[in-house]
Amino acid sequence: MKFQNELKDSIRKALPELDVVIGWCGSFDRLHATPHFIRREEDIEKLEIGPLSVHNLATYLPGLRGKKVGIVVKGCDSRSVIELLQEKLIDREDITIFGFPCTGVVDQAKIKKALGYVGNVESCDMSDKSMVLVIDGQTHLLNFSEIKAEKCYSCKYPDAIISDHFVGDKIGNGDSTDANYEALETFEKLPVSERFGYWLKELDRCIRCYACRNACPLCVCRDHCAAESREPHWLSQENNVRDKLMFQVIHAYHLAGRCTECGECQRACPVDIPVLMLKQKMNKEVRDIFKYEAGVDPEETPPLLSFKMEEENITEKDW
Amino acid sequence: MALVKYLKSSDLKSWLAELAQKNSVFAPRYEGDSVIFAPFDPEQEIFIKNAATAPPKKTVFPQSEKLVDFKYSKDPEDLSRILIDAKENLPEGTAIVFGGRPCDVRGFTMFDRVYMSEEATDIYYKTRRDNTSFITLACDSTENTCFCNWVNSSPSDPTGSDVLAIPVGDGLLLKAVSDRGESLLTSKLLSDGESRIGEGEKVCKEAAESLSQVQDLSNAPQKLLEVFDSIEFWEDVSAKCLSCGACTYLCPTCYCFNITDETKGLQASRIRSWDNCMSALFTMEASGHNPRPTKAHRLKNRVGHKFSYYPDLHDGVISCCGCGRCIKSCPAGVDIREIVLKAIEFEPTVVEG
Repeated sequence: MKFQNELKDSIRKALPELDVVIGWCGSFDRLHATPHFIRREEDIEKLEIGPLSVHNLATYLPGLRGKKVGIVVKGCDSRSVIELLQEKLIDREDITIFGFPCTGVVDQAKIKKALGYVGNVESCDMSDKSMVLVIDGQTHLLNFSEIKAEKCYSCKYPDAIISDHFVGDKIGNGDSTDANYEALETFEKLPVSERFGYWLKELDRCIRCYACRNACPLCVCRDHCAAESREPHWLSQENNVRDKLMFQVIHAYHLAGRCTECGECQRACPVDIPVLMLKQKMNKEVRDIFKYEAGVDPEETPPLLSFKMEEENITEKDW
Repeated sequence: MALVKYLKSSDLKSWLAELAQKNSVFAPRYEGDSVIFAPFDPEQEIFIKNAATAPPKKTVFPQSEKLVDFKYSKDPEDLSRILIDAKENLPEGTAIVFGGRPCDVRGFTMFDRVYMSEEATDIYYKTRRDNTSFITLACDSTENTCFCNWVNSSPSDPTGSDVLAIPVGDGLLLKAVSDRGESLLTSKLLSDGESRIGEGEKVCKEAAESLSQVQDLSNAPQKLLEVFDSIEFWEDVSAKCLSCGACTYLCPTCYCFNITDETKGLQASRIRSWDNCMSALFTMEASGHNPRPTKAHRLKNRVGHKFSYYPDLHDGVISCCGCGRCIKSCPAGVDIREIVLKAIEFEPTVVEG
């Protein structure tokens, strides 16, 4: 990516004051990236940013509290940082934010779906508009517009909203609060039995690994989650789709008005369950009732973390 | 000479339907965008082109199983006494797992050493294991994450299988590996396969050659013990780990479980469910003390168990089958190969003086 060297220089200058800088680097093949923890000068060279930088690195911040941490963020990731700041789960003075203009990331599930098999990647070259993959000697050309993560199509914040160092030219963030909930709205029109049936079918294959929870930057209870608590015993250990759904409902409720829809829960799911939609549903309700969008303004308080004597759009005394 | 048969792809479903008359048959199929093992359904397409997203571990070691159902009642003769009426739920029937890969099925041989040892036998595991046959698919292609060749196996390793199926032409060459396997190859849908043996060998050889270069892991058990006390090493390699259970639950050789009594009023069930060492509660003690308080301690256990502690107890056998699912499905791209190789290269810092 164009700004990669500029970013490396920026990190090189800041590193002496920091314990670690989190970015991305290449992984087991050219089609995948992995989070990269830069502690020494020599680690900087491996840094790579671009359409494979899918991970939301803000997930690591609360666990590193107390340390001086640098973090490279896409626009969407910066919203998670803002949310964590709002909730005082990280300290602004300890965090150094590196932003860059993001033109979208890939959805590995879409690539897998388009090609059926991505097991033996020999090379992967990306331009602004396409990706050329060589798998088992065969060349595949994919349009970037077909393999982009769903969130990128309606992205309003390609530039980090909050940053200390920004490399490259800003693309320009939007300011409307009109999230795109088209797919969700279509789903909502289905009868209840069909919607319920959909979730029972999708969640049946859940293996209860809680990757969705652990990848979520705002699932901050960490080792004290209701899912595994024995006292109180919220969820049973039976292989029961009701319990699996119950956990997703708990997750979605805890994220209402806090979730920035980064999609890490869904990306992390090893069995591709579309769990993001449940969080989008809660966010849509919060948007309609509180006119609020999570992770945009560090000075705001999420609506469900605040209290007003009279809510503007809840007419509880009007019975 | 072992029995060798040939099955045309177009007859696969009919053959599985025949086998399903007397057995529960599990086969891989798409559910959403993932390939998982599910009870054979002639209405649904079987997917055998590549390894499934999740291995068939649950067919012998279910994600959750009721070991015992019990209920409480008061003794009518002495109301201060509580009576417990318990009923054991031993698994019933025979099963056939079609379409597991050599790595997946070999994984059960690592369970066997633990659950069917001379000292102790787990009757739930043993009952299923004894009653389950495996028709395993040799791999005709491999993935970047595959490393079965590092752990003394290969894409056509028949260990633990009853029949090895090799994709040949437009069909499968079926080789009986055990007596039970021979008894599975009696269908009229199968033709003689002798003439295709050479073709089958070629497929297996090409797949084996497509794997990455074998790494010598013989000193991994020792080196992992040497690096045990270096918390810096483990913090470094676990930095990106999210401490979720995707790696363990998709692992064909991870066999840890949890026991829970699920009680509803006076009725209860004792349940065994998968557990994993990446979870904070795995080693939590009743006092509140946790000997593995961080993800660094937890990942150390996962890697150490497979490449050091298990081999030390079990004749040097590494309890990793090299399927690569923990790498491919890790949301953060943790690569167990990289960690083991780093441990092998690890040189402790010598403090002078």
